[in-house]
Amino acid sequence: MAEAQAAKKQPPRPPIESGCPDGFQYMHPLMIKNYGNWKYHDRPRPGVLHHVAHSGDEIWTVRVGTQRQLGPYEINLLCDIIDKYGEGYVRFTIRSNMEIMVSSWEKVEPLIQALNDAGYPVGGTGNSVTMISHTQGWLHCDIPGTDASGVVKALMDELYEEFIHEDMPNRVHITTSCCQINCGGQGDIAINIQHTKPPKINHDLVANVCERPSVVARCPVAAIRPAMVNGKPSLEVDEKKCICCGACFPPCPPMQINDPEHSKLAIWVGGKNSNARSKPMFHKLVAAGIPNNPPRWPEVATIVKKILRVYKRDAKDWERVGDWVERIGWPRFFELTELPFTKFHIDNWRGSRNSLNASTHIRF
Amino acid sequence: MAQDKPKNPEKHSTFIPKEKKSTKPFHDTPMLDQLESGPWPSFVTGLKRLAHNNNMMVDLMGQLEHSYKTRLGYWKGGTVSVFGYGGGIIPRFSEVAEMFPESKEFHTLRVQPPAGNHYTTNMLRQLSKSWEKYGSGLIAFHGQTGNIMFIGTTTENTQHFFDEINEYGFDLGGAGPCVRTAMSCVGSARCEQSNCNEQKIHRTLVNNFIDDMHRPALPYKFKFKVSGCPNDCMNSIQRSDFAVIGTWRDDMQVDQKEVKAFIKSKGRKYVIDNVISRCPTNALSLSDDDTLNVDNRNCVRCMHCINVMTKALAPGKDKGVSILIGGKRTLKIGDTFGTVIVPFMKLETDEDYEKIKEIASNTIDFWAENGLEHERCGEMIERIGLVNFLEGIGIEVDPHMISSPRTSSYARMDDWDQEAEKWRQRKQQAAG
Repeated sequence: MAEAQAAKKQPPRPPIESGCPDGFQYMHPLMIKNYGNWKYHDRPRPGVLHHVAHSGDEIWTVRVGTQRQLGPYEINLLCDIIDKYGEGYVRFTIRSNMEIMVSSWEKVEPLIQALNDAGYPVGGTGNSVTMISHTQGWLHCDIPGTDASGVVKALMDELYEEFIHEDMPNRVHITTSCCQINCGGQGDIAINIQHTKPPKINHDLVANVCERPSVVARCPVAAIRPAMVNGKPSLEVDEKKCICCGACFPPCPPMQINDPEHSKLAIWVGGKNSNARSKPMFHKLVAAGIPNNPPRWPEVATIVKKILRVYKRDAKDWERVGDWVERIGWPRFFELTELPFTKFHIDNWRGSRNSLNASTHIRF
Repeated sequence: MAQDKPKNPEKHSTFIPKEKKSTKPFHDTPMLDQLESGPWPSFVTGLKRLAHNNNMMVDLMGQLEHSYKTRLGYWKGGTVSVFGYGGGIIPRFSEVAEMFPESKEFHTLRVQPPAGNHYTTNMLRQLSKSWEKYGSGLIAFHGQTGNIMFIGTTTENTQHFFDEINEYGFDLGGAGPCVRTAMSCVGSARCEQSNCNEQKIHRTLVNNFIDDMHRPALPYKFKFKVSGCPNDCMNSIQRSDFAVIGTWRDDMQVDQKEVKAFIKSKGRKYVIDNVISRCPTNALSLSDDDTLNVDNRNCVRCMHCINVMTKALAPGKDKGVSILIGGKRTLKIGDTFGTVIVPFMKLETDEDYEKIKEIASNTIDFWAENGLEHERCGEMIERIGLVNFLEGIGIEVDPHMISSPRTSSYARMDDWDQEAEKWRQRKQQAAG
């Protein structure tokens, strides 16, 4: 009997370790033909890029915003449009926008029309507010303090006009992150969870679930130590030292850091990945203590829109948010945005003295 | 706006099927429902369409609504893998499976996209079809590391789905302490600012470490990212342990006729205010006859003027890459940027590509040996100092690696003379 079962059972299939697939097999033929031989580009209208090759070939790219989480209906709907009005080739940007490439200008307007008719916005190019970079949140993550897709949807509804137009001084990259690990990355404006209370420990579970020494090692401020609690081996947190970062939660789920009331949102500005003009910059804290308020997080949207309004009015062309604040100074930023400046804005982590003003450069 | 009645409601992002194929009744989702209005395409409407098809998504929506109501997440990790691999799958088990049993297992497969994220519609449809067969149907293009995220399936179906897509050329990405899926920009395929073959660099690097991707055994994650120019569209300096960025070392290309045309269309003031005076090293000046002078020795290849005057200006012809190592976000020591380790190298011949593979494998080997558990490469460099790292991977010091020399005198400098001699010899060699 056991033998018969074993004989029926197929041997497991060994994987083909092919790694990253070759992009050329899915690339638009004009991109293959002119690979490495492009001459210049321009943007004939928001949401459209036009690239010209040394060979004289031209290619137009239509950039379309999506909900990132796509099902068969959305994929087939978009692919039907791309097959009918485009040429069957598509790529995705780092911010989950779709880019549809076509070989003639005549195809651009009908393609845009078809996408708009299906409820998809075309934009996100140049000096627009492009799609918000997007993590997993409550939909799939094991440590999230908030949702990702919901925050992005709520904000993109508010920033829809800024996506389809190019009205900002320079491009604006907004990011979201559902915990302080900050998977969303650096952004001109970053909206990240900020915990405000130490973890709540379920001492019954720690010994079974957590590798205690590695949890102790994970704490950035050495606030965790092994302890016996109610006769069981567990961990305790020095709550005076604890910075509520949540680093202990992923390796030790019984150290619950998320709290419906005390996990707040914070807004950071001035992150920039590009080397253009200034060197790359990290984003800096401007507002915290914002309620984590699903399904539409209106308090976050109010602050983000306020910052964008001031930036749009006050920044020079080509200044990213970070460039702009460097020029006008932080006191002016807080004055213009009417955001409160608190003791929490002053860094006290390692290297923090570099962020203090060691000069008489003061604007009045 | 999208909220007006669509012309063709059957082919619209707001479409909801009439027929319900899933057998389980829907949960009430009053909070999620509020995310169906507004002009941006709604992921909630998408989830509802899927819930019309399968019970897993009915309960998934129930759990998500529960999270919205209670403001807490309810997924826990675990161990799931496909035969032969140790990573690549993000296991998710529901903590509220009693209430939502159909989505009690809701694992994600991380799959490496083609370099540059190029697809044909046929391939997108094929991937979607495979996932509909074995999973929830929900796909994220793409996750923040760069994977295609196939979200939501049972433990058993992870293997079936992987077997199917692996047969037509797709492989899992990384999860856990391993080499992760890489990213590269559109680059040479469509961008005149590219200085390298991003497709080739991306695939050469990551496919060289495929064993370190599929069998997690490193101190922590290790990411490669490739950007074709210093605009760094892949955010590689801040988001990767090993950033490869295209650059050039000869003079940038200036088409004076196009410079004049640009000034004519935009006006001289615009060009002075937005190009000349924005150069971070004052390397640009405009002559009286509207030609542009570039002090190429002081140009830092920031890309700003090239970004503004796309037709008149372009990178030089002697192209190559810079390599920066050690970028990452907050945990645990605070943010670190990547540091210049290779200011410039050519990437044209097979030997050049062998060399970059060697730099990468020396880096990973040294870090695997010396990094602490859960310590990123950049954190190790911070702990042991850049010089110890350079000696470990066999790369000589170079003034391009620093913003300024040390300001503290607290260091032993016993063998200054030997070190100075090394520098002289290297300079002689370079000159000879």
